[in-house]
Amino acid sequence: MTRHKTPLLDELEKGNWPSFVSDMKQEAEAREKTDVDLQTPKECVEDLLGLLELTYVDKVVHWKHGGIVGVFGYGGGVIGRYCDQPEEFPGVRDFHTMRVNQPSSKFYSSEYLRQICELWERRGSGLTNMHGSTGDIILLGTTTPQLEEVFWELTHNLDQDLGGSGSNLRTPSCCIGKARCEFACYDTQAICTAFTMEYQDELHRPAFPYKFKFKFDGCPNGCVAAIARADMSIIGTWRDDIRIDQEAVKAYVGGEIKPNGGAHSGRDWGGFDIQKEVIDLCPTECMSWDGKKLGIYNKECNRCMHCINVMPRALRIGEDTGASILFGAKAPILEGAQMSTLTVPFMKIEEPYEELKDLVEKVWDYWSEEGKNRERLGELIQREGFQKFLEVCELDADPRMIQEPRSNPYIFWKEEDVPGGWDRDINEYRKKHQK
Amino acid sequence: MGPEEDRQLIVDTLKKKKGKTKFYLKDFNKIFPDRKPREVKKLVNKMVTEGTLEYWSSGSTTLIGLKGAGKQHDTEEEDE
Ligand code: SF4
Ligand code: SF4
Repeated sequence: MTRHKTPLLDELEKGNWPSFVSDMKQEAEAREKTDVDLQTPKECVEDLLGLLELTYVDKVVHWKHGGIVGVFGYGGGVIGRYCDQPEEFPGVRDFHTMRVNQPSSKFYSSEYLRQICELWERRGSGLTNMHGSTGDIILLGTTTPQLEEVFWELTHNLDQDLGGSGSNLRTPSCCIGKARCEFACYDTQAICTAFTMEYQDELHRPAFPYKFKFKFDGCPNGCVAAIARADMSIIGTWRDDIRIDQEAVKAYVGGEIKPNGGAHSGRDWGGFDIQKEVIDLCPTECMSWDGKKLGIYNKECNRCMHCINVMPRALRIGEDTGASILFGAKAPILEGAQMSTLTVPFMKIEEPYEELKDLVEKVWDYWSEEGKNRERLGELIQREGFQKFLEVCELDADPRMIQEPRSNPYIFWKEEDVPGGWDRDINEYRKKHQK
Repeated sequence: MGPEEDRQLIVDTLKKKKGKTKFYLKDFNKIFPDRKPREVKKLVNKMVTEGTLEYWSSGSTTLIGLKGAGKQHDTEEEDE
């Protein structure tokens, strides 16, 4: 490390945790020594450290805002970054980020990981972020001429595409689902891949008022946090009963099987107390235990997953599985953070997913017409009302969509909902009502 | 209107806007108020592929402008 002194960044290497500064220094050193035929400035990582140090000194960002967005034919996948101190830090004059569409559930072979690291060392900075919060592989920092080169190699040698950015459909993402998880109520990987392929145009050619995210959780445990992060959250659920193995329940109670898959074994938490740890924690109070038999009043169960997570060998999800569809989550910008709203309580999720695609397209048409620039779907629903949104989706209101009975006493009637409409015969009226 | 006239109308409209070189897709919809946004989007994409228009992005939002117009690497004042 000779190019720039970084006393402030060095502070971030202290302590017992991993440090991105150490990682960057390691890469800077590796670039110094490597015999790889580097296509980007050798000193780019050192200059990035120097630029970051300057940012900490000046307390302002030294990247310009926005810029080039993609490779030929694409309107997303590249986040243009240009430094505003190019004389002092020529290695990061242009230092664009590339988003790579991750495979569903992020399964890789070690061979693939070696290949992508090799590509990025040669044609980029060597720095990656596995994975960004949208789910993509993030390749941090390359020069403008390298964008097309990286794209060519990605698509031709690695069979991999760029992901979404800007006012696009963002790269769909899913939990690990049926690949490893017994709680998966539908095949999250299959639908994530199918939707990625079906909506290529929306993914690569920005035409929405703002970003739009699909996320697929196989069950309400929500491993990709669909309910908090996706404009459209597809969350696995079931509509029949939780399957109970009473013998296994007894084995949990008797201490033969460890609760929570043995997750609380680091310390002595005492014996398993089914009353305290399961029955009393059921949010809908629909469970009972009489010392011999576990009962669940399934009509009240809201599929929170708690009891199943604690006793996975005794309790299993139902057999009539599908998903709940929710819309409108987003992170704060205009109105603050917002969770998705339940819109379709239950839908079967089976190939070729026609019912779901129909719904998606209705929602997109509505949002594209009515949404303001940079208005997320959740904000539009808030602005125009959930009633309007249900009309767009061609759905009837359902008690499961609400949290509690209304406190607002006003009812908004529409003319077509009222017998006879707004017109009335004044003479008929006067028969019963004097002036 | 044929596709050539549509293209010309877009180029002329954008050129007329003073002090602004990057636009939301919605601004294009306003040029063709009677058409579905989907149709307009298709035309705009085509013009990007042909090299008349180009995308610009902050990473979160995408704007569209005439190729080469305005600052390429910097933000412009938003007016909405
Ligand atoms: S969301 Fe549910 S199904 Fe998916 S990996 Fe997590 S626990 Fe398993
Ligand atoms: S899933 Fe949740 S709500 Fe349903 S029975 Fe178990 S603890 Fe109760």
